[in-house]
Amino acid sequence: MPRQYVLAALAACLLVLGTATVPARAQEETPTPPKQDWSFNGVFGTYDRAALQRGFQVYKEVCSACHPVKHLYFRNLEDIGYSEDQVKGIASQAQVTDGPNDQGEMFQRPGRPSDPIPGPFANDNAARAANNGALPPDLSLITKARDGNGDYVYAILNGFKDPPANFKMTEGTYYNEYFAGHQIKMPPPLSADQVKFADGTQATVPQMAHDVVTFLSWAAEPSLEQRHRMGFKVIVFLLILTLVLYAAKRKIWARIPH
Amino acid sequence: MAAPPTGAAGGASILTSNTRTGRIIRWVDYRLPFVAALQHELNEYPTPRNLNYWWNFGSLAGIMLVIMIATGVILAMHYTPNADLAFDSVERLMRDVNYGWLLRYIHMNGASMFFVLVYIHIFRGLYYGSYKYPRELLWMLGVVILLLMMATAFMGYVLPWGQMSYWGATVITNLFSAIPVVGSKIVTLLWGGFTVGNPTLNRFFSLHYLLPFVIVAVVGLHIIALHTHGSNNPLGIDHRGPQDSIPFHPYYTIKDMFGLSVFLIIFAIFVFYMPNSLGDAQNYIPANPLQTPPDIVPEWYFLPFYAILRSITFDFLGIPGKLIGVILMFSSILLLFVLPWLDTSRVRSARFRPIYKIVYWFLLIDVFVLGYVGHNPPSGSIVTIGQIATFYYFLHFLILIPLIGKIERPRPLPISIGAAVLGAGAGAAAAGPTERH
Repeated sequence: MPRQYVLAALAACLLVLGTATVPARAQEETPTPPKQDWSFNGVFGTYDRAALQRGFQVYKEVCSACHPVKHLYFRNLEDIGYSEDQVKGIASQAQVTDGPNDQGEMFQRPGRPSDPIPGPFANDNAARAANNGALPPDLSLITKARDGNGDYVYAILNGFKDPPANFKMTEGTYYNEYFAGHQIKMPPPLSADQVKFADGTQATVPQMAHDVVTFLSWAAEPSLEQRHRMGFKVIVFLLILTLVLYAAKRKIWARIPH
Repeated sequence: MAAPPTGAAGGASILTSNTRTGRIIRWVDYRLPFVAALQHELNEYPTPRNLNYWWNFGSLAGIMLVIMIATGVILAMHYTPNADLAFDSVERLMRDVNYGWLLRYIHMNGASMFFVLVYIHIFRGLYYGSYKYPRELLWMLGVVILLLMMATAFMGYVLPWGQMSYWGATVITNLFSAIPVVGSKIVTLLWGGFTVGNPTLNRFFSLHYLLPFVIVAVVGLHIIALHTHGSNNPLGIDHRGPQDSIPFHPYYTIKDMFGLSVFLIIFAIFVFYMPNSLGDAQNYIPANPLQTPPDIVPEWYFLPFYAILRSITFDFLGIPGKLIGVILMFSSILLLFVLPWLDTSRVRSARFRPIYKIVYWFLLIDVFVLGYVGHNPPSGSIVTIGQIATFYYFLHFLILIPLIGKIERPRPLPISIGAAVLGAGAGAAAAGPTERH
């Protein structure tokens, strides 16, 4: 009988909580970003190398005009399939401030693989000044720093629309379906055929968004592939160990009545 | 059938054997009785023969503490406790230190797992009356451990210096400002300044490293107290003779190891496949004192207490609601210290307490409701539900528990553990008829 009371109480609580959430949900107009089928999802998920390199290209040619990836070094690009020489080539295209030299002066030199990838602005104030007061966030952790992760970033990149008829826009903002409050200061960054992919992939907006989100997911979590591989081995090991220990436990406890 | 269990073979012989190892161990033990102590606490330590799997969680929590200290010591080698460098030093660890990501994810999720284990351990104690005579001090030491864990976890969450670290620290330290007269002075002392900043981070790092070792010491006392009267058991009745108990080793060592292995599978699923699922995305944004996040939510294991804190939305008898909330939040845990004396029933296990058994489950539901309320922004019916759930929490401990002990008619207790486990007539002491279940 007690069990029935408990179940009834539990059901009542769920009912009350269920109705309590309805108004909370209704207030929230921002839709949940739809789930995308990423190559790095799931137990065996890995980053699609071709998408990573295309994504890096999109970042370099489009996003990097405003957004830094300050936790990334040029040497990290070897992880996404570039050779050591290719990485040296990519690094040398950038100018990096070094120094002070023997005369006590700072100087510019071509980048090396051991350098962090330099951002577009000298500091946050410079970034704000160039962007109408808004600070373009660092992208090296962006997919981990937003609820919805990569799905959210993908939804934002594809979420630019004309505002609804009665929607008042503030000067210098753009309507985005998935941005909280819908008014984002970033202009729509992607347009079709904005970049030319070397592998012949058609550079549609969803394609570029998909590729750059793959790249940014890797930038935020470069250890994911190692983590997935190791996790599988660890769990298989633990499953076997659990069976062995269970058998041992049964054997030992068989010595006594219980 | 009724033969008393024999101790582990081999273990007892090492102290008397005439081999070289035996002589060395005897030499040491004559001066420092280490092996003898282990022998006493593991081999000879009599443990009730009927412990179920809910008794695995104490040793699991102990192992988790060791895992946390081991990973934490290494993390500290790579961490920089400076407001300008902390966030980046954690990212550096995640990317450039060999297996740094693994250590951090173990430590991060380990904190959550530690609380899961300890909360189950506590609710085990509540169900089977483990806090009652003669284990009151054992229970109170456990509450001390819980408080120390909460302080440690809170300060640890501040260390990555993300948005939720910073704003969580701001909200929680500000609670002390509700204390009349000295409140704001205490807050300044906690901060080491007039806002959460670099001095706050430094002292939290220092304390976060210190407190786990204090926990180890209190766990030591907890175990000494435990071994004084032995474990409680699902029947909640005392040991009456050798037929009631079995040696801890090998019976419970193997059972604990099996339980540990099962737990590690669950832990590994979090660490390797959903390492950030229990955390807040906001904490991957570096701390920004100029920008408050949309929702400041503590880690999940604090949510029920957070709900109690926020439940008092009104002033009462001239006392500000904020102060009442703070008092209620702290008393929700401090209440556990006096639980052994609030409970007027002499029967320990809920198995034999028909009414207590029901309110036990209501309390568990109530805590989940509080957790849900703590997770959601306090608006509309969430506030009312939080107030009702808070009221019920205190009603449970302050009214229902003392009252039920007086009015409840417990079911008859079995005559002994051995009799209950082995069946009627078994065991030397089990002469009378026994309770069936």
